[in-house]
Order: sequence, then C-alpha cells, then structure tokens
Amino acid sequence: MSDDQMVTIEVDGRELQAKAGALLIEVTDAAGITIPRFCYHKKLSVAANCRMCLVEIAKVPKPMPACATPVNQGMQVFTRSPLALAAQKGTMEFLLINHPLDCPICDQGGECELQDIALGYGRDASRFVEGKRVVPERDIGPLIATDFTRCIHCTRCVRFGAEIAGIRELGATGRGEHMEIGTYIGKSVDSELSGNVIDICPVGSLTSKPFLYSARAWELVQRKGIAPHDSAGSNLNLHVRRNQVMRVHPRDNEGVNECWISDRDRFSYEGLYSADRLTRPLIRKSDKWVEADWQDALDAAAQGLKRARGTSGNRLGALLSPGATLEELYLAQKLMRGLGSENIDFRIRQGDFRGTEPALPWLGQSIAELDELNAALLIGSNIRKEQPILAHRLRKAVLDGAQISFINPLEFDINYPATQLVNSPAGMISDLAAVARALGGSGGLIDGADVNDTHRAVADQLQSAAKATVLLGNLAVAHPDYALLQGLANVIAEKSGALLGYLPEAANSIGARLCGALPGAGGSNALEMLSNPHKGYLLLGVEPGLDFWNPARAMETLGQAEYVVALSAFRSYSLEQVADVILPIAGFAETSGTYVNAQGDWQSFGGAVAPAGDSRPAWKVLRVLGNLLDVSGFDQVSSEEILAEVRQMAGGRRPENSGVNGIDIDPLLDGTGLTRIGDIPIYALDPLVRRAASLQKTRDAIGAGARINRREAEIAGLADGDKVVVKQDKCSAELRVVIDPAVPDGCVRVPAGLAGTETLGGQIGNVTLEKA
Amino acid sequence: MANEVCFRNMDQDRPWLLEQYRSRGGYEVLARILTEKTPPESIINEVKLSGLRGRGGAGFPTGLKWSFISRNAPGQKYVVCNSDEGEPGTFKDRDVLRYNPHQLIEGMVIAGYAIGATCGYNYIRGEFWEPYERFEAALEEARAAGFLGRDLFGSGFDFELHSHLGAGAYICGEETALLESIEGKKGQPRYKPPFPAHYGLYGRPTIINNTESLASIPVILEKGGEWFKQLGVENSGGTKLFSISGNIKNPGVFEIPLGTPFSELLEMAGGMKNGSKIKAVIPGGSSAPIIPGEQMMKLTMDYDAIAKAGSMLGSGAVIVLDDSNCMVKVLERMSYFYYEESCGQCTPCREGTGWLYRVVHRIETGRGRPEDLALLDDMTTKIAGRTICALGDAAAMPVQGMLRHFRDEFKYHIAHKRCLVG
Repeated sequence: MSDDQMVTIEVDGRELQAKAGALLIEVTDAAGITIPRFCYHKKLSVAANCRMCLVEIAKVPKPMPACATPVNQGMQVFTRSPLALAAQKGTMEFLLINHPLDCPICDQGGECELQDIALGYGRDASRFVEGKRVVPERDIGPLIATDFTRCIHCTRCVRFGAEIAGIRELGATGRGEHMEIGTYIGKSVDSELSGNVIDICPVGSLTSKPFLYSARAWELVQRKGIAPHDSAGSNLNLHVRRNQVMRVHPRDNEGVNECWISDRDRFSYEGLYSADRLTRPLIRKSDKWVEADWQDALDAAAQGLKRARGTSGNRLGALLSPGATLEELYLAQKLMRGLGSENIDFRIRQGDFRGTEPALPWLGQSIAELDELNAALLIGSNIRKEQPILAHRLRKAVLDGAQISFINPLEFDINYPATQLVNSPAGMISDLAAVARALGGSGGLIDGADVNDTHRAVADQLQSAAKATVLLGNLAVAHPDYALLQGLANVIAEKSGALLGYLPEAANSIGARLCGALPGAGGSNALEMLSNPHKGYLLLGVEPGLDFWNPARAMETLGQAEYVVALSAFRSYSLEQVADVILPIAGFAETSGTYVNAQGDWQSFGGAVAPAGDSRPAWKVLRVLGNLLDVSGFDQVSSEEILAEVRQMAGGRRPENSGVNGIDIDPLLDGTGLTRIGDIPIYALDPLVRRAASLQKTRDAIGAGARINRREAEIAGLADGDKVVVKQDKCSAELRVVIDPAVPDGCVRVPAGLAGTETLGGQIGNVTLEKA
Repeated sequence: MANEVCFRNMDQDRPWLLEQYRSRGGYEVLARILTEKTPPESIINEVKLSGLRGRGGAGFPTGLKWSFISRNAPGQKYVVCNSDEGEPGTFKDRDVLRYNPHQLIEGMVIAGYAIGATCGYNYIRGEFWEPYERFEAALEEARAAGFLGRDLFGSGFDFELHSHLGAGAYICGEETALLESIEGKKGQPRYKPPFPAHYGLYGRPTIINNTESLASIPVILEKGGEWFKQLGVENSGGTKLFSISGNIKNPGVFEIPLGTPFSELLEMAGGMKNGSKIKAVIPGGSSAPIIPGEQMMKLTMDYDAIAKAGSMLGSGAVIVLDDSNCMVKVLERMSYFYYEESCGQCTPCREGTGWLYRVVHRIETGRGRPEDLALLDDMTTKIAGRTICALGDAAAMPVQGMLRHFRDEFKYHIAHKRCLVG
C-alpha cells in the first residue's frame, strides 16, 4: 500500500476521502467534524490516554480513540452515536470528579478546553460526593505559573518537552490518582521554548506567570503581530486590553513558527511597561536631562544635526538598530542621504568588514526546508539561544537522521546529538580551513591547514548529504576575522555542494539591507563610523554601551561628537551619557511596520496599541525631522505609503548569497594570549528584552562575568567568585570569575550586552585578566 | 498425572541446581535443537500443536504469538519473560523461579532460537528477592556450563539472558508496561497496535511470555506437542500450575491437568479450613469475577468452563472464600488494590478506580447510600473497555461479579450500616 493511497470512509453518514493510514482525528478535523479531545495535539506524539475522543466504529465492539485509530477503506465511524456519546460523557465525568472547578479564579477560565468540552459533554450536577484531590503548589520558574490540582494528566506538556523543546524538564511521577506533573526535584523549567506549554495545556495547570490574575480572556482583543527579536519572524497574536499588551501568543504559520514561539517572543512585551520606558522627549541642558515638549525637542534635534553637518553631510553618521522596522530604517537612511551623508549602517555588532559580502545575505533556503536537511555545519552560532525557532527546525531534521556539526568558540548545550568542534576564535579559522581542505579546497590558509579525523568527518557529512547547508551565526558575525570565516564557509559550501546560509541576527537584518540602511559609495560602515569620529550622529533604537560591537569605543566616540540625536523607546544609562536629545518612540506592538525575516518574507503588521505616553512611531518622528531639515520626500501620511516606496526601491530584489570573497585575507587574531568571547546572551539581545522583568529572572539571563575553565583559572591563580579586572585595549571592567568548563583553553567568556560590560572593547579580541 | 511439566522435578533434593536438572536430561532438548539445527518453524509448529496458552492470565496461544515475529527481519530481537507475578492470589511463577529455574532458562534460549533473538530478559517482580537471587545463581551456572553466551553447542547461535528486578508496580506485569520499565521509563502500558511482536523492547520485535509458559517449552519439545495437548482437555492443552489460597487447609501451588474438577483441586489443598462452608471462589486471580461456591463445585478448571461461568481462568490463582467473609469487605480490599495500582495514564482508570474504592469503602464503613449500587454498576461500564490496557477491566470486573452474585449483601450493608455476616 503506497503512502498516498486514498481511501473513502464514512463519518456520521458523511463520505470523506483520506490518505490510507491517516489518523481518524486528522481526517475529521480537516473535514470540520468535531471530536472532543485533550491529550491529542497535532504536533505531538499520540498518547491516547485522555480517552475523550472515543468514537464508535462499525464492527468494533469497543469505542476506539480517534486520535490513535488509522483510517482504512470503507471504515464507518459514528462520532455521536449512543455508544460514542456514552463513552465521551463517561470520560468527561471522570475528568471532572477531581478537577477543582475553580473556573472563577482560574486564569484559563473562558479559554479552557476542559470548560468548553464540559459544556457539551458534562452533567449539570456531579454524582461524586467524595473529597477531591489536591496537589501542593510547585514553583517551576519565573515564566510559568502552575496549579497541578487542575491537571487532567493529558501529558501534552511532558511530550512537548521530550519531543519539541528537546529537554525532558516536566515529567509525571506517581501512579494512578497520585500521578503528578512536575520537574525533577527542585528544578525549574528552563527551555527557551518553555512558554509553549502554557498554550498546549488544555486546562489552567500551566498558565503565564507574568499575566497571572491580570485580565480575563474575554476582556482581551486579539491583534496580529510579528516577533521583534530573532530573524524567524514568528507570527504572533497580541492580546490587548485597554491599550495595553497583556500577553503574547503564537499565531500558526506552518512555514515560519508552526504553532510555537520562543519565550523571548512571548514574554518580552513586559519590557514595554518597564520603569524606564521613555514617554516624553528629553533634552540635555548643561549636563542635565530635562523633559521637553515635542516641538522643542524636534527643533533642537534638527538644529543640532544641522550645526554638526555644517557644510558637509559626511560629518554625520547614522547607527540604526536591525530591530527597527523597514519603514523606520528606510526613512532614517533617506534622511541621512538627503543631508548628504552615506555614513549609514545597521551592522552594529559586526566585527569585521573586510572581504566581499553577498549581495543580500539570507538563510539561503526556506525555514521549512531546514526540517529536510541531511547535514548542516553551523559556524559561530548558539542557534538554540540565537534563533530558537530555527533551532527547533534543525532539531526536527536531526530526529529524522540529519547530522549536525558546530564550529564554535564555546561548547553549547545542544539538545540533540551533534559534533561540536570547540576552539578559540583563532582556532575556529584553522578548523574551517581544515574542513575546507578535507573537501579539496585550496588557496590562502586552506593550503597549510592541519586536517584531522573530525574535520574529515564533518566534510564527509556535508558532502554525502543529499541536502546540506553551512550556516553562519551571530558569533561568526562578531568575529574580528568574520570576512575570513565567511570566505572559508563559502569554500566549504561550494566544495561540498551545501547551501551557504546566514542566520541574520535580528528581526529585520534583511529588511535593513533591502531599504538601504548601509553605507553608500565613500560612506563609513558601523565600525568606521565609531573609529573615525563624526560631528553628528543619528541613533535609532540602540543603547551604545550594550548594542555595539565595541561599546567602549562607541561611548568614547559618541561622547566626543558635537551632537547626537537618539530615537529610543527607553531611558538608557549609556544613551544618556552620549546623546544630546532623546526622542521617545513607539516600541514593539505600538507601531505599524514591516519586518523581513530570514527566508525573505515581508511581514507587515499594524500597531496593536497606541504608543505609550507622548512617544510617537519612529517613522513619524523621522518624517518630521526630514521636514524640519528641509529634505524632500518626507510627506508620507502612513507607514503603508513608506512601504510602497521601499517596495519600489527594492524592486524585485531577492535575497542572494553568492559573491562571497575573502579567503586571502590575513587573520587579525593570532591566537596568542587570552581571547575574549563576547556572546550576547539570549535575553540581552535588544533594549526591549533587556527590560522584560520575568525573562531577566530566568536561568538564561546570566549576569556579567568572566567565565574561564578550571585550567585557565589555575594558570591565572583565580578561583570561582574571585573579582578580576578584565583589560581589553585601553579599557577594563571589574567582574566576577565563573568557572565554566564550556570555555576552551586560551579563552575567557565575557558576554556582551550586559550591564557591567559597557566599558569593554570588541566582542571578540585579546584581553588580560588581573586579580582585583 | 500431576507434576508433569513445570513441577516435574519437585521430588528432587535442591532441584534448582544445574546438576540436578542435568540428571534428568536438562538442556538436552536445547542441545539437540542446536546441534541438529532444527528448523525454527518446526519448533513453533510443535508449540502450536501443544495447545499451550499463555499462563500469565490472558491465555493467548503461545505458538501463535511466536509466529507473529518475522524471523528474518534484520536487527536485534528480544525474548522477554514476564515474571512480574503481581496478580493478587497468584504465586506460581515464584515457585518456578525457586525450584526449576533452569527449565525456564532452557525454554527462553529455545524461544530465542525459534524467533532469531540473541538476547533475553527475565523481568522479576520486585518483591521476589529470594527467587531473583536463585535465578541469578542459575544464570551463573548456565553461563559457566556454556548454555548461555556465545556459540552455544558449537552451533554458532549466541544467546545472553539477563534478569531485571522490578520495583513493585503491579502494572509492570502488563507486557508493554514491563517493556517500558526495562527501558528505564515509567511503567505505563503502550497503546496497541503496534504489538510487541513488531514494536517491542527498544522498538525491536519482541516475544514476551509468562514464566510458566516459557518453562513448559523444554518439556513440550522433549515429549511432543501432542503429548502435552493430551494432558489437558479440548482448547486447554497441558497441565497448569494453580495457586490456591483462602479459607482452605493447605494453600499452595499444584500442577494439575487442565480440565480437572475444581472439587479435586480443593481436595488436594486439604479442603475447607475447619470444615467451614464454601461461599465463593475467585477462580483466576483478583481480576476474575467471583463465582458462588455451589456453582464452582460443579466446574472444571479449564479456560472454557470458567469462561462459560462468567469468569476467567486467568493466571490460575484460586481464592477460596468461606461463609465467614463479608463480600463488601472483600470487594473493598480488592478495589483498594486497583486504586493503588492504576498507572494513572487513562482517565477512566485513573479517576474511576479511586471512585470505585471510595464508594465501596463508604458502604463498608456504614455510609453507603441506596443509589450507590446503581452508581457502581454504571461506573464499571465506563471503565471497562475504555482504557489502553486491561487494568480498567480488571478493576471493573470484580465489582461487576460481586454485584451480580452478592448484591443483597451490599444492600443489607447500605440499609443496616453493618455486616450481614458475623
């Protein structure tokens, strides 16, 4: 019987066509026939334990679970026959006997699968007169509130951990009525996808802790949104009450996020309502920040930029966040170009601009195609924490037999079997050159590379795979020899027949390129703009001490500038050190706009709530600045109008990864001394997530520190918890030592993007450690 | 005709020793099969011919079970012995492990040869510490003598056997829960299909049989399937071990031919204790519906006769109750067992077993309500047949049996808040 053979079945007298072997519940769901269920979930394995979907099948004496029964030709199904209904109602009665029925004080009330189905299959009064089961409270972390007294033991959350999140954090212990869901003794749930259990829990056992007791489901209005952090561009439903985002849920999109979202996308909305949200324009007056009205602030900004520009636009530079919308980035570059400046860049965490980049770097394949890979080599990427949704796709490929390798400067906690080549940043180049050589590449460093068995194995994996890819991640981009990594990756891809792909850092990294947020002819890139001081700067959505590759230099250069205009949704310590005027802009969910995700989808969204206080959408602020500075072409009245301009500008431009060049470049890192690895922790990525209070309480939200392995610590005479001065270039920071076996020899992991690291240099570079 | 198969060595001194087993021709069947390279199909056919039915309780024909495995499927296959003897009233496999472990080992190696498996596990009930140690010692002896391990009898056939001690869960006697438990997971039954023959231990084709069934194999192959079949009656071939307990003089395990009248078995066990009057019998372990004593005295001990009387032969655990027993109290104890032992996976069993117990407990403690009996009747129909494994049925059937035969005692209890008996 071939897989796609079709059969005809009859359900409640209705004839249905279905693939032979498909599960009955899939077939009835597709046909719009409702069968009640709790344990079944389309993305999880079949458990068949809730017994709610029991239906009658002709010639079968017992009612059968629709979720576990494959269809076959001529099968006759009755979903509402007396036998089926008796079974369903029987199960419902059992489910309710120990359920507390505390709907009025349960957050799930109003959107509860048990409540909904009980309405159709439950009784109005219970025959159960015994005492009910109570389960003690259990704290499993800052994101998920639990009330296991309400649990109906469907095990969706348990299967989610094992099958989707890739870590078995929740499990069932105890037998029978004493069965309880919980974590291993004293453990919290720490997966970066953990919040999805809130959605899949059919009852109020697992609910959102930040949202707890703050609104009822029926008070919320659902608006569409797009996730603002990584480059998956997860589709969201924003739940809004009285002009406030109350919570965020995934919106199904099979081609992007399926039905999942990362915890970062789910809980970062909290940042919008943090204490340092900026709601009024601020002007620096004799080194004090004073609130101003918009007119004065805009005038000051325009005058400041005009003065700094003087007679040459080249004296101005714009440093833009890749998390800004297409419309905002477009107007920002248009403003700069209107003022005669080509110094525009969004690549604020890129460590190297030598070599030739591809025309329009992107994932190189669709997101869904990641599922089908047979092999992948990831270079400089902690994909689980950088791009949780794309990481899930890769994991699916691994479960299907794909082989994944990593070349990284840190050992990461990968939730599937993988080969990890962990080497210092300089050593990464040698590893790549060796893999390239094993594949028959030549030229530059490749010719002298030492090839070992692991390199050959990685080369073989890529070469023998029907579908393979080589992906560059955030740590590759931050590498001082990124051009070389890119060049070598390109050779590996070409020689092995794998697709070269990029994991764009932010929600709109590709959009920024499409709308021209890059230096033009003669213009300076982000690094140059900060190495060669300019008179005036326009900053959009960034915090200089946390968002730039070299924060110390950024602070110094910006601090010396004549005038700095910042557009920001938040008050920010480092911004307030360097800016002259701060214009409050709308944050996530408060403005309409467009993001272009890793696979090149243009995803537009409307504003779900009004901007907080007096803040305004950045595109409106930029438009007014354009008017005040007499730049033409700033008359748009809607973001759609700007989008139309961008579309015209981008034309039919498709992402394109060809044209990489760079294997003949000399490496800057020589591999001597101690190298700092400054990764960006998952919840330090951008100003919004850094202010999301609950995410900042998770175990992934690590603080600043100097992490070294035990051997290096012993050499340096340091112990865990010691205070140490990390010196980089001419700057330094005092941090605590953390012994971390994941850091290779010759390296110290000092994550960037965290308070306490603003005074340090480039994310990856030479450092020394001195005991404080 | 007693003690022909699993207990045929019971007359020996320390019969569990290899030496003793060898003195009666032990391991010779295995040697013959391996040196003659007997075609596996003919072994399976012989087992089919014997009419051997699974002795764990379900009574599924053993030979048929073996034939479901595709012998030529590539990769590892397993033979698993279910010694997780947990059914209340059953204690026969314990004696096989204690007194005839080598016959079980020989049976398992033959089973491995028949289905092309090179590895076996014997899952032993957690509380069986002494039988476990004795079985381990037997394994050591067999390994040392070359009956386990590589290249047995120079045939090129390898077979290794491990024992695995359970942790005290009744549900792990359910074959797929047992497999989960060996794999180190929570002992919960799997949804079937797929059956273990296709997707068993570690996802590989597996046969899983009861201790007594596997220990019967060497004798069947020594004396022939036809001989074994003739020991019993139509549809119930062979002898069977019966664990008889309750209000009788000599509780114990007896090997008798299937089809033997119950009255004879009772006599072998010394009859009723203190000459009391028989009230009822649970003929096949606590999951089997109860049968009134008078009716039982007319029955023979075979699959069909007991089934016809509305109960089941099960594992051959015969619990005899005299008229000093309060049936409400008896049911309360049994219901408590299923409430404690439900794995918790399926809603009707997880929630229903606790509810059943609580209602029966209320009746027993004088807090019953007239509507409780109808509630119990109704509840059992919503548990039985609605769950992944048979534990739901096992919990419902004793209730149904009791209410069918002894309803008046329950009514009396509810009405008078005390026992009809004593």
